[in-house]
Amino acid sequence: MTSLNGSTAGRRPKNRDLIAAGLKRRHAAEKRFQLMGAMAVGLSLAFLSFLFVSIIAKGYSAFQRTHVLLDIQFEEVLIDPVGERDAQTLSDANYAVLVRNALKELFPDVSGRRDQRALYKLVSSSASLYLRELVIDDPALIGTSMQLWVTADDEVDMLIKGHLDRDAPGSARRFGAKQIAWVDELEQAGRLTKRFNMPFFTSGDSREPEQAGIGGALVGSFLMLIVTVVLAFPIGAATAVYLEEFAPKNKWTDLIEVNINNLAAVPSIVFGLLGLAVFINFFHLPRSAPLVGGLVLTLMTLPTIIIAGRAALQAVPPSIREAALGVGASKMQMVAHHVLPLALPGLLTGTIIGMARALGETAPLLMIGMVAFIVDVPSGFTDPSTALPVQIYLWADSPERAFVELTSAAIMVLLAFLLVMNGAAVVLRNRFEKRW
Amino acid sequence: MLMDTTQVLDKENKQRLAAISEAEGETASSDTHVDETKGEGTVGDITVPNPIMTARNVDVYYGEKHAIVNVGLDVGHNQVVAMIGPSGCGKSTFLRCLNRMNDTIESCRVTGTVTLDGQDIYDKHVDVVPLRARVGIVFQKPNPFPKSIYDNVAYGPRIHGLATDKTHLDEIVQSSLERAGLFGEVKDRLDQPGTDLSGGQQQRLCIARTIALGPEVILMDEPCSALDPIATAKIEDLMDELRQNYAIVVVTHNMQQAARVSQRTAFFHLGKLIEVGETDRIFTNPRHKLTEDYITGRFG
Repeated sequence: MTSLNGSTAGRRPKNRDLIAAGLKRRHAAEKRFQLMGAMAVGLSLAFLSFLFVSIIAKGYSAFQRTHVLLDIQFEEVLIDPVGERDAQTLSDANYAVLVRNALKELFPDVSGRRDQRALYKLVSSSASLYLRELVIDDPALIGTSMQLWVTADDEVDMLIKGHLDRDAPGSARRFGAKQIAWVDELEQAGRLTKRFNMPFFTSGDSREPEQAGIGGALVGSFLMLIVTVVLAFPIGAATAVYLEEFAPKNKWTDLIEVNINNLAAVPSIVFGLLGLAVFINFFHLPRSAPLVGGLVLTLMTLPTIIIAGRAALQAVPPSIREAALGVGASKMQMVAHHVLPLALPGLLTGTIIGMARALGETAPLLMIGMVAFIVDVPSGFTDPSTALPVQIYLWADSPERAFVELTSAAIMVLLAFLLVMNGAAVVLRNRFEKRW
Repeated sequence: MLMDTTQVLDKENKQRLAAISEAEGETASSDTHVDETKGEGTVGDITVPNPIMTARNVDVYYGEKHAIVNVGLDVGHNQVVAMIGPSGCGKSTFLRCLNRMNDTIESCRVTGTVTLDGQDIYDKHVDVVPLRARVGIVFQKPNPFPKSIYDNVAYGPRIHGLATDKTHLDEIVQSSLERAGLFGEVKDRLDQPGTDLSGGQQQRLCIARTIALGPEVILMDEPCSALDPIATAKIEDLMDELRQNYAIVVVTHNMQQAARVSQRTAFFHLGKLIEVGETDRIFTNPRHKLTEDYITGRFG
């Protein structure tokens, strides 16, 4: 082995040794950094899994709902005493009596007004609506009797799912000891069952947890996102293309660029205030409407799309532009035929991520009245409606125990949508990304 | 009107050049060299009889930077003009002036006159779209579109509406690829991406893309700098063939290449056209000190 630094080797240590001496320190630094990185990842994964586990543990039971088996007698005297089967009469009849009679039949010993009222509370008020629907659909049912599964009250549901503390003192429960005994009796008789909770996905909000669903909020969010994507994607893409490809580079475009970047960081509630002032107070668009919500979310999403779009356009290599211009393509042809197709995956990814953010946004919607309690599922862009995150916010505020699981379930649905959207962004990027 | 201006400019330039060579006297023909510090003019004859393109008094500025200083040069029919010089001397900048590719650079400003068939291409009324179809360009780095081989060649004819129908377009694509010496290698996979070809094939594809438009002049900006010697030899043969139909201006760093392919050579230094002349003459008997230093490898 010969020394690389010749005559000086005697006086100072060889470079080889100096390097070797420092190696340990370098490796230690690398190990430290890797360890910290792994810890950071582990910690965030732990928080994430804690979040998911707690939400899923609380919410999964909401996808099932307890039903009670009742022997309903469709007595003609009670429904249609005249016997004409008039639609109005059938619709106005007091079906709650049928439910009560069925309950009384099951528990003949219960007497006294208070106890009877407590007994009737075991079944959801939606049961009578269900009976009415059945009779209107098929008036031949009148005069017959049949066994029917009807929705149980939310307190029964909670008790069956084990969310109610049976041993708590009476005052801490909305559910009396007698009611608990009746529920146990029903369960032993095989008259209670849990079924898939379809109304959760199809019905609107309700004060009664067992009737509340995210259907209205889902449709509202969907309509809003349609407005947002229809407006934000073309406007955002056109802005990005114009600013990146056509606009002269001067202080005005610099100013616009700075402002767009700032807008992306503006708190979303400010966009809500803007929407309130401009769309509702100035243009007199309806309150609580998905149209206005979509417009506000468009304003909020545009900067994201423009920034992502410009980044995607900048990533298109200049050689492709030169090639197009070199064969005599006009600027518009260069952009439309070459630059835009190559930038499209990035543009779409930005749009989907912007949409996902818009889907999860609550604050601006509070400002434009979408926080209202709305029972009907909206059927158009101007119908009053609410959105999924706002629905979650509303339910999280409600006192009934059953809303806890509904809140968690709604969060699960929202997260599922966000995951699907972000997954779509990744798939789009991977599939359409061209390499050159 | 335009013609007149050009002719006047031409005349002026000739007078100026005559004055310069007069001032230099016999020294120009003798072995002694021109002192680089003296005049700004170009040594040698920048003109050719019956030029297809002429450039006169061309100055190019990138913002504050004066990239090209008062350059004039003619391009003749069926002739390869090579532009040589050290890096950053303005060869490519000047080349890009000839089909206004410099327009795409925001800070770039061009003054002077460049004519194609007697018409000033920097005239306000000239549209760059037809200009670039007539003066094609091949870039340093092969840059096929990320599309099929067929679409790469067909793109130009399509946007300019050159083909009457599908068969005609097929013919244009095939003949362009044939003339670029690529058809034999790719005829079975015209629908595959042009970006999958090798570097040399990609560059020939780019040449095919350019000649598909039937240009009058082809500008080549160091077309072989990214290629291996075999691919380079193919492109050089191709240039010699293409010369039968087109005028070619080629920028190269490779002096052997300039000597092999060109009829005239122009030597640039620091934004000035130092010397221009017959290629044989430039390489055997350079008149300017800088030219001699450069081609003998003393700098650059």
